[in-house]
Amino acid sequence: MSAKDRPITSILVNIAAWFERRLHIVKIWNATGGHPIPKSSASWFYTFGSMTLLCFSIQIITGILLSLVYIPSASEAYRSLEFLNYQQELGWLLRAMHYWGSNCMVIVMFLHMTQVFLWGAYKYPRELTWISGVVLLFLTLGIAFTGQVMRFDSDAYWGVGIGAAILGRVPLVGAQLVNLLLGGPIIGTDTLSRFFALHVFVLPGSILALVSLHLRLVLLKGINEYPKPGIQVNRKTYDAAYEETLHKEGIPFIPNGIDKDIVANGLLLLVIVGLAIFVGPKGPGIPADPAIRISDASPDYPFLWLFAAAALAPHDTEWILFFVLPIIGTILLVGLPFYANQGEKHFRRRPVAILVVLLTYLGLGLLTYAGLTGPWSPHMEAWSGIPTNPEFIKARTPLELQGAVLFQNKQCRNCHAIGGTGGHRGPDLSVVGTRMDEPQLVRQVIQGGGNMPAYGNNLSQKEVNALVTYLVSLRPPNTIPAQIPSIPEKTEPGKAERVSAGEPTKQAQTGG
Amino acid sequence: MTPNESENHPPLSPEAKNYSTRRDFLLQVGLVINTIAAFMIGIPIIGFIFSSMIKRTPTIWFSLGPISKFPEGGMRRAVYENPYRREADGQTSRLTCWVSRIQGDQFKVFAANCTHLGCPVRWFEESQLFMCPCHGGAFYANGGYAAGPPPRGLYVYEHKVENGELKVKAGVLPTLANPV
Repeated sequence: MSAKDRPITSILVNIAAWFERRLHIVKIWNATGGHPIPKSSASWFYTFGSMTLLCFSIQIITGILLSLVYIPSASEAYRSLEFLNYQQELGWLLRAMHYWGSNCMVIVMFLHMTQVFLWGAYKYPRELTWISGVVLLFLTLGIAFTGQVMRFDSDAYWGVGIGAAILGRVPLVGAQLVNLLLGGPIIGTDTLSRFFALHVFVLPGSILALVSLHLRLVLLKGINEYPKPGIQVNRKTYDAAYEETLHKEGIPFIPNGIDKDIVANGLLLLVIVGLAIFVGPKGPGIPADPAIRISDASPDYPFLWLFAAAALAPHDTEWILFFVLPIIGTILLVGLPFYANQGEKHFRRRPVAILVVLLTYLGLGLLTYAGLTGPWSPHMEAWSGIPTNPEFIKARTPLELQGAVLFQNKQCRNCHAIGGTGGHRGPDLSVVGTRMDEPQLVRQVIQGGGNMPAYGNNLSQKEVNALVTYLVSLRPPNTIPAQIPSIPEKTEPGKAERVSAGEPTKQAQTGG
Repeated sequence: MTPNESENHPPLSPEAKNYSTRRDFLLQVGLVINTIAAFMIGIPIIGFIFSSMIKRTPTIWFSLGPISKFPEGGMRRAVYENPYRREADGQTSRLTCWVSRIQGDQFKVFAANCTHLGCPVRWFEESQLFMCPCHGGAFYANGGYAAGPPPRGLYVYEHKVENGELKVKAGVLPTLANPV
């Protein structure tokens, strides 16, 4: 009635009705944005999915804009990145947003996955939602790695080299896979081109397709209700129970269930833009010129844990790390909704799930920290570039001082710290004189062992003597040098253990 | 209009069923045409993608310069242009290797790539060791394994001395699967 009073409103209503009759907007809306969700699902914990999607949207927009300037050629890529950084208006900001958006996407996606796991959302009937999510995890890691190669500096170059070296370990077809990855016999412009094609066409397209499937499944099967401890998922009763929940306490996702998503996404956007403005873009670092000497080649954050694991894996077990563990991990992830299809959803009743999450975060966190500090790499400039604390030279005999000079000049310091500074590949030698006696030190220097190279061919007898005399002097004041019998008495291994627990023996007495 | 009306197909009339033989025939013809087309399009695509996998680029002999560049008993780094270089390769075509001149015409040429994961090893004259910046692998002056995670000694290039020039056979990224 009121529409008739105001002709303009009446015209607008008619136009809307005309479109509605042809486009069925109301029907589409009710099946998508306005679809009902359980009231309990409008939770802060359920915001990570939309945050991941936000990151991906930022990546698409900034990525398209960056591609307007970036040149995917080995001879031009580095210069085009510098152009973006310094000449193209706001190019630095877009590069920074693309970089931080990528890191945030990996982190938020991982949080989303953790939440889905802990809240049991992967159980019946959402198995395919979980599996499409696992595929999205792999695609996202893939796009992060290929994106690192786009920043065509020495880290990118040697990162591809590491990828090639890993593929070169594949039995039988290793050499062929290396050629397929590099697009030729060596890392060059063809390599960059194929990583570019993966990064801007293949992987984003696949992610878009999978995200569509993922969201379609969320709409089809409904968002997971907020689980309550003690309520079991049962294939026979679940669907009816979910329908009833929707019926009793369902709210439309938009506008009633989206408030927390909007707040969380707004904050994330601020974080990404803030990091982009205040920290800025990453690199490009040293140019991708194999003839430039480098002291370090480490990957971006999402792969530091793997980089660290490759360094820390026991000798000759890399094939387990690179080939066996990924297969087992994939089987466990994809199989999860099948071997844990029903039963308890809430994490309070799933101690194993909590343990898995804690161990995963602890493991990845520690490995990432190790990857950041890289204690296994020799400190390439320590021998020439780090000062020696006076306490390690003061009041030494000329012979000992000669040894101290040898310690620097023979680059022992690249692997062995003194007073905490230097390399950390080998043990800190600040008080080595309290642990090892002269014959032991001579043997260690000449023969190496325990992951130390042998220096027998490289040091004269006099040099070894000076070096070892200096090392013996490395102990706190007023402590006696280590005195370990050079010919230990013969004891059976089992007996020796029992002895060390209690009664003193001849050996322990002389050794102490 | 209710949704049921639009979604349910009307039952086929007897006349419509008579067309089925012709429709079946056309379907089969279409299937054959499209299968042939799929092969004609698909085979070149697969061939294009995997050509780099099948085509083996042979290593070739090229010169690292006169042997006088390399002092006897010393280790020198040689930078050379990738023999397969293209204009667009830019600086990536500058490859390196380590040349050890033992004495006279006796040489040993090592690839710069660590045998663990391919990072570039650096020579330390004073300690007579190659060290890798990535995971701490170390090698002796003769290329042998010294310490760290590498599974073997450094990759060794074939070499020969011709007309006073040191020549090596290289041009392929050395990996465990293809150790030059």
